[in-house]
Amino acid sequence: MTEILRRCSRSSAQKNLPRTYPVAGIRKETTHVHTFTFNVSLGAKPGQFVMVWLPGVDEVPMSVANDDGKKLQITFFAVGDTTKKLATLKKGDLVGLRGPFGTHYEWKPKQHLALVAGGYGAAPMFFAASEAAKDGCTLTAIVGARAKEHLLYLDAFKRLPRTTLSVATDDGSQGHKGYNVELLAELLKSKKKPDQVFACGPERMLVKVSDLCFQHAVPCQLSLERYMKCGYGLCGNCVVDPLGIRLCTDGPVVKNDLARSITEFGKYHRDHLGKKHSL
Amino acid sequence: MNLSQTVRGVTFFNPTVLASGIWGITASSWRRVAANGAGGITTKSLWLAEHKGHPNPTIISTEHWTLNAVGVPDAGIEKAREEIGDFNKKKLVPLIANIIANTVDNYGKTAVEIVKLKPDFLEVNISCPNVEDEFGKPFACSVRDASAVTKAVKAVSGKIPVFIKLSPNVDDIGSIASACAEAGADGFTVINTVGPGMAIDLRSRRPILANKVGGMSGPAIKPIAVRCIADVYRSTNGKLPIIGTGGVMTGEDAIEFLLAGASLIGIGTAIAYRGAEVFRLVCEEMTAWCETEGVKKISELTGGMHRERASR
Repeated sequence: MTEILRRCSRSSAQKNLPRTYPVAGIRKETTHVHTFTFNVSLGAKPGQFVMVWLPGVDEVPMSVANDDGKKLQITFFAVGDTTKKLATLKKGDLVGLRGPFGTHYEWKPKQHLALVAGGYGAAPMFFAASEAAKDGCTLTAIVGARAKEHLLYLDAFKRLPRTTLSVATDDGSQGHKGYNVELLAELLKSKKKPDQVFACGPERMLVKVSDLCFQHAVPCQLSLERYMKCGYGLCGNCVVDPLGIRLCTDGPVVKNDLARSITEFGKYHRDHLGKKHSL
Repeated sequence: MNLSQTVRGVTFFNPTVLASGIWGITASSWRRVAANGAGGITTKSLWLAEHKGHPNPTIISTEHWTLNAVGVPDAGIEKAREEIGDFNKKKLVPLIANIIANTVDNYGKTAVEIVKLKPDFLEVNISCPNVEDEFGKPFACSVRDASAVTKAVKAVSGKIPVFIKLSPNVDDIGSIASACAEAGADGFTVINTVGPGMAIDLRSRRPILANKVGGMSGPAIKPIAVRCIADVYRSTNGKLPIIGTGGVMTGEDAIEFLLAGASLIGIGTAIAYRGAEVFRLVCEEMTAWCETEGVKKISELTGGMHRERASR
C-alpha cells in the first residue's frame, strides 16, 4: 500500500503534469524583460526548458534561467500575448510549471568554453556559465543585443570566476559595434581557441555560430527553438526536416553535426498547424 | 518469427502502427517513426481546410494516464498533398490517412481529395471527444450519423479500404460497428480516446487543460480498449479487420489486443512512456512471447478469445 501511495503521489517523476507555484520574486531586467523566481526546484540543467502556464491564457516553453536545487528562475521577453500578460503578474500570483524537458549543454571539467548569447538567450547562457564555472571551466562570454538597454546578465557574468566578458551591440551603444558572432570569429582565429562553443539566441545568429565552428573545427552546442505543445514528444509539433526528430526530446540543445543535418535550420520553421514559415 | 500481417491486401511487416494524433505531422516524422520499427503509419487527422486547435495546455500525463485536448489542428489539404506526396516518393511502410470533417458532406469532400494521394487505407475520425464545444457530439455516438459518414466516404473511396475510428464513449459500440459495416465499412479502428476526462490544479483551482476536458489515453484505458475490440469483433462476426488502439505499452498488451480481435496494433501515447523505440520493443516482446508459447504466426492469434480452445 505504501508503495502504491508513493507511486500515486504527485512526485517530481510526474513532470508532465503542471503544478502552480506563487511567484516568489520579480526582477525587472530591461523595459520588456523580467525574471521571475519560484521557490521550487525542478532539477533543471542548463539548456533545458519548462512549460510555463498562465491559467486561463496559455502555456509556453521557456528556457530555464537558473535552477539551483532550491529555486527556479525564468527570464522572459514580453513579446507575445502570453508573455505580455505574464509581465503584469505580481508577487504571489500563480504560475504553472512542468518539466524540465529536453537536452542540456554538456562540458568536461576545466574546459575553455565560449558562450555566445543573443538577446534574452543571455539567461540560459548565464545558467550554463555559472554551472560550468563550478567545474573549473574557463569562460569567454560574448553577449550581444540590439542596443545597450537590451543587454542582459552582464553584471552576473562579471561576477563569475575565470570569466572574460565581451559585449556587442548592433548600434554600438556598448562594446563592439556589430554582431556578437564577429567577436566569436576573432576568438576562433586567436590562440585562445576554446574547446567548445555554446550558443543561444536568434536562429540567424545560431547559423553563423554553426558555420564558424564548422570552419574552425571547434565543437559547438546550439539551442534551437521550435513551436512546442506537449514538451515530451507526443504532439509532434516540434519535428524538424528531414530527420523527423522532435526538438523537445532530441533538442533543444543540439551538437553542431546534428544541427547541420537539419536542413530547415536557418531556413524555415512550422507553426501550431504544422505549416512552414520561412525564417 | 513472422510478425507480418496482411490486412485488406496490404502487408505490414509487423502489426504495430503509429496511432493518429501522435508525432506524425510531416513526412520526415513518419519516416522517423518507421525507422523506430513501426509497421505502418497513421497521419494526424487531415482537414480539407485549415483548422485551429485549442490553446495550451493541450497534453498532460501521469504515469497512469494522458489527457489531450489538442483540438485536431491541421493546415488543410495543401499540406497533406505536400507531405503525403513526399512520403510516397520513398515509402518505407504503409500509410493510413486519417480524415476528419464537421459535416457528413465534408467527410465525403475530404475523402475525395485524400484518395487522390493514394494512401493504403482511409481512417475516418468520427470520434474525437475534445471538439464537442465546436461540433457537438461526435458522429460515432449515433448509429445514424456513423452510418451516414461511412456511406459518404465509401461512395468516393474507390478501392482504398475505409476504416471507421470508433468511440468507446457509447452505450453499445457493437451496434455502431454493425451499422457502419452495413454502410460498407471495410474495417475499424478501436478505440479513440476515452471520456473526456478532467484534471484540476489544486492551488489555482482551475482545470489544467485550456479546453477543460480532454480525451484520455495511456496505460489506464487498456481494459476498455480490449472490451471494445472484443465487442466490435463479435458484432461483426470477425469478418472486418480491426486496428486495436488504446493503452498498449508492451508486447503482451499487443498479444491481448490480437486475441480480442485486432489485426493491427495502434501505438501512440506509449511513446511518452517508453520512448520512440517502443515500436521495436513491442515487436521484440511479441516475438519473445510467441516463441515461448510456440506460436508461429501472429495472424493465428487474431480473435483467439472468441474461438474454443482445447486445454493444454
